[in-house]
Amino acid sequence: MNWFENGGALSLIVFLPLAAALVMLVIPKAREEAIKQLALLVSVVTFALSLVVAFAFELGSSASYQFEISAPWISAIGSNYHIGVDGISLPLLVLSTFVLVLSIIYSWNHWEEPRNPKAFLALMLILATGMNGTFVALDLVLFFIFFEVVLLPMYFMIGIWGDKSMRKIPGFAREIPTRLYASLKFFLFTLFGSAFMLLGFLAIYFRAGDVAQRTFDIPELATLGAAGAFSPAAWSIGGLVFGALFLGFAVKVPMWPFHTWLPDAHTAAPTVGSVLLAAILLKLGSYGFVRIALPILPESARDWAPAIAILSVIGIIYGSLACLAQTDMKRLIAFSSVGHMGFVMLGISTLTDVGINAAIIGMVAHGLITGLLFFLAGSMHHRYHTREMSRLGGNQTLMPKMGGILGFTAMASLGLPGLAGFWGEFMALLGAFNPLEGLNVSLFRTAMVIGAIGTVLTAGYLLWMLQKVNFGEPSEEWVGHEFHDVDRFEMAAWVPLMILIVIIGVYPKLVLGSTTDAVVAMVDTAFNSGPTAALTVFGG
Amino acid sequence: MNYDIDYLALAPEIVVIITLLGVLALDLVLPRRLKYFTGAIAVVGLTLSAIPLILLAVGDLPVSMFDGSYVVDQFALVLKGLFLVSGYVVLVMSVSYIESDRYYQGEYYFLILSSILGSLVMASARDLIAIFIGLELTTAPLFLLAGWKKGDLKSNEAALKYFVLGVLSTAILLWGMSMLYGATGSIQFAEISAAVSSLRSGDPMMPLVVLAVVFVMVGFGFKVAAVPFHFWAPDTYEGSPIPVTAYLSVGSKAAGFVGMFVFVYLAVPSLSSVWGPLIWVMAALSMTVANLAALRQTNIVRLLAYSSIAQAGFMLVPFAAASLAGEGALAAGLEATVVYLVIYALMNLGAFAVVIVAVQRTGSAEIDSWAGLGRLDGRLAVLASVFFFSLAGIPPLAGWYAKFKMFTATIAAGGTWAYVLAAVAAVNAVIALAYYAKVAKAMWFDDPPEGAEEITEAPSGSLVLVLTIAAVVTVVVGVLPNIPDFFGEATRTLLATVGG
Repeated sequence: MNWFENGGALSLIVFLPLAAALVMLVIPKAREEAIKQLALLVSVVTFALSLVVAFAFELGSSASYQFEISAPWISAIGSNYHIGVDGISLPLLVLSTFVLVLSIIYSWNHWEEPRNPKAFLALMLILATGMNGTFVALDLVLFFIFFEVVLLPMYFMIGIWGDKSMRKIPGFAREIPTRLYASLKFFLFTLFGSAFMLLGFLAIYFRAGDVAQRTFDIPELATLGAAGAFSPAAWSIGGLVFGALFLGFAVKVPMWPFHTWLPDAHTAAPTVGSVLLAAILLKLGSYGFVRIALPILPESARDWAPAIAILSVIGIIYGSLACLAQTDMKRLIAFSSVGHMGFVMLGISTLTDVGINAAIIGMVAHGLITGLLFFLAGSMHHRYHTREMSRLGGNQTLMPKMGGILGFTAMASLGLPGLAGFWGEFMALLGAFNPLEGLNVSLFRTAMVIGAIGTVLTAGYLLWMLQKVNFGEPSEEWVGHEFHDVDRFEMAAWVPLMILIVIIGVYPKLVLGSTTDAVVAMVDTAFNSGPTAALTVFGG
Repeated sequence: MNYDIDYLALAPEIVVIITLLGVLALDLVLPRRLKYFTGAIAVVGLTLSAIPLILLAVGDLPVSMFDGSYVVDQFALVLKGLFLVSGYVVLVMSVSYIESDRYYQGEYYFLILSSILGSLVMASARDLIAIFIGLELTTAPLFLLAGWKKGDLKSNEAALKYFVLGVLSTAILLWGMSMLYGATGSIQFAEISAAVSSLRSGDPMMPLVVLAVVFVMVGFGFKVAAVPFHFWAPDTYEGSPIPVTAYLSVGSKAAGFVGMFVFVYLAVPSLSSVWGPLIWVMAALSMTVANLAALRQTNIVRLLAYSSIAQAGFMLVPFAAASLAGEGALAAGLEATVVYLVIYALMNLGAFAVVIVAVQRTGSAEIDSWAGLGRLDGRLAVLASVFFFSLAGIPPLAGWYAKFKMFTATIAAGGTWAYVLAAVAAVNAVIALAYYAKVAKAMWFDDPPEGAEEITEAPSGSLVLVLTIAAVVTVVVGVLPNIPDFFGEATRTLLATVGG
């Protein structure tokens, strides 16, 4: 199985969905079952492959890249087809293939108008190629390509299957369909960020040395970065370059104040689109920080860390307060992502192993939990034909199973100890208590306190949502309606998520066991600091 | 003086000349129902002219003739290849379009071939007169072709505007050239370069030379339709027959670029402090003004007109950045622009082919009339999306590499002005997406008009051929960018003499 370990496995995980999407194009539209089965089969195969990779992964050397391959690609600029996984990207890769399977299962009997499963599934598979590719790419150009590949499918998903309602946009005379506004906003915001990200990549490339030494290779650049090649002291535009990367990643995360595309896109997207957006697409941004921005530009990261921390806590508080102002359940969940990703970014901004581990487990947990919340919001909208929380009251009586799962997920989302959401928030705050040496301790401790207030607000709005949606008496308008409680496809998609939320909640080592060594090594080389004592508490 | 003629080196031009004369002669004797035959002859002739091009490419290069006034090197070959291929595509697109209405056929092909001949001459021209003849031979037939829809007022307007502004720009160009000749006493680029670089800063001739360079650049600015010399373009593009518009936006624009490169790099490289800022301004303005104007267009052809102005701006970006950075960076700038030009030609021709098909279907070039195309004709809508998103530079379609190459060369040049221009280009890439996405939105997100039926009949075979080839190449080049790089690399030979 030599080819398998030398890039074969990862290449399959990345390109199998794309190949399936192409095959799908030649299957006639009428053969819907065949199309769905093909999509499911391919997603299960990629998930199985990612599990094989995870089990064959040598945890002992999780800091180094495994299943790696590097082959020449664009010779003129020395860009290579370089892919591989380490302990940081492995959990995210598995998450990505896992959520894809569940999304396809959920899609089985949930089609939003104008249906067309063929096109929808083909887009979903292309999206999968972009997502998986981003997590394994070890070359900046390759990373950029995969990072961008996700845009088109998501744009079409939101634009075609998205929210049909009309909406008045300030500054426009006519009402326009929400889906059009949301899809274009998503596309333009992300492209704006990534255009500058690309400029940053190019600046790094040219700074790497003479013509022969220039490279887009992420591990090589990280080595150079640790040696100080890109430090602002030696390179006047170093801080600016970090700013360019920051723009690209922060829009994607999204960090306050670049978040405004998120509530629109998430709310307008079809259910599966929202799930994939929340569970995977947002992680591309935070992953970019951990994989590229921090290790390659460590000195600039130090300079920028306080700003990132401040924006993160603003995001946490702003996201929570915005949630409290929502009347639309899906929009509330969308805003909750701003808050949760704020914790992820706060963890990253501490530049410590605890904080970055917190960020990764936070990403995984947020992917599972918020993905599930969006599934639930979609299914409830499917049944009630409304997302107004004031009309949804008494859901628990009308649909006990649905209500139960919603309650469970809301508890996970507010960070209840014992469920997955707890670790990300807790460790991020812990990291902020003791940021990297040289950073402004009082600033980070203030951020920690504000973040802790944020957790209270988070609990507040989620309980408030539960109270409005689940509890109380059903509204008069539902009298005489028969509601079909959770069906088997929904169960098949949701139960695995719930199980994982519990497992990670009680056994965080499932994620941390893979990430810790890699993160410690990364922080160690980039910032020259040994592992923090606190980390051992979590089994690191 | 050396007047030996290498006939192989001139063979592409000779084959085209024989073809165009043949088309004209045949048109006289053919009865009306057989006139379409002239189109076939033109296509075959153009195909044949590619054979000597390939022979030259594998043979000994460069070939220099007429005392260095006419040079066939790799730079010339790559661009001749580009002109032949885009000319070929335009001819194939024209066949069904010209047949579909009562146009003069023989003359049409004669004029298109003349224009292609002119651009072939441009690629090899290395003195003021040759380059002027090449440029005029490229442009003059297009004055007529723009007005080919005789009964259509817009087409008449197109021709008139193009003619008046074209002649004006020619006059300015020629004025600049005559001043340059007066100041340096030579028409040959190598000699002009030597004379100009020997001028000291205080030399009384200097202001004249600077003025001459500015005039020539303005002349070329008109030809490539760079802002602020673009005013003719939208109206001319909209009114012309669509294949002619496609040719205007690709073939004749590329010819203008070639003229500009050859002139500034070979004749006045030492004056980069004069033409560099000029190009910087043209690049920034073209991108910004044209993109903002394109946002408001409702007609697809006008949208593509503004898009092609904006794309010309993107092409000028590496050129401008490199010229400000000094002679060492020129080669990378040239290569980036050529790669951009090649990829742009490909996707823009594809976009125009889609427009031709869609206009045949709906009878209108308004973007609104494309509503619901995705449901009425899925394949055409997919092709249209490929070309338009490629123009927007979304990976993995070919356009991304053009933009990537542009940014690479610009950042490589370095310096504040280059970074500022790169940032302007980055913002513009986002603005551009907004209007390209508008076309996709109409096709995929809007509902088809009431009563519209699914379209099952295929467009004419020649258009299917063009569309398929362009789409496949757009995707393949996007995934394997080594291919355009190969051509870009080859064009660096142009700068062998100026040490780039």
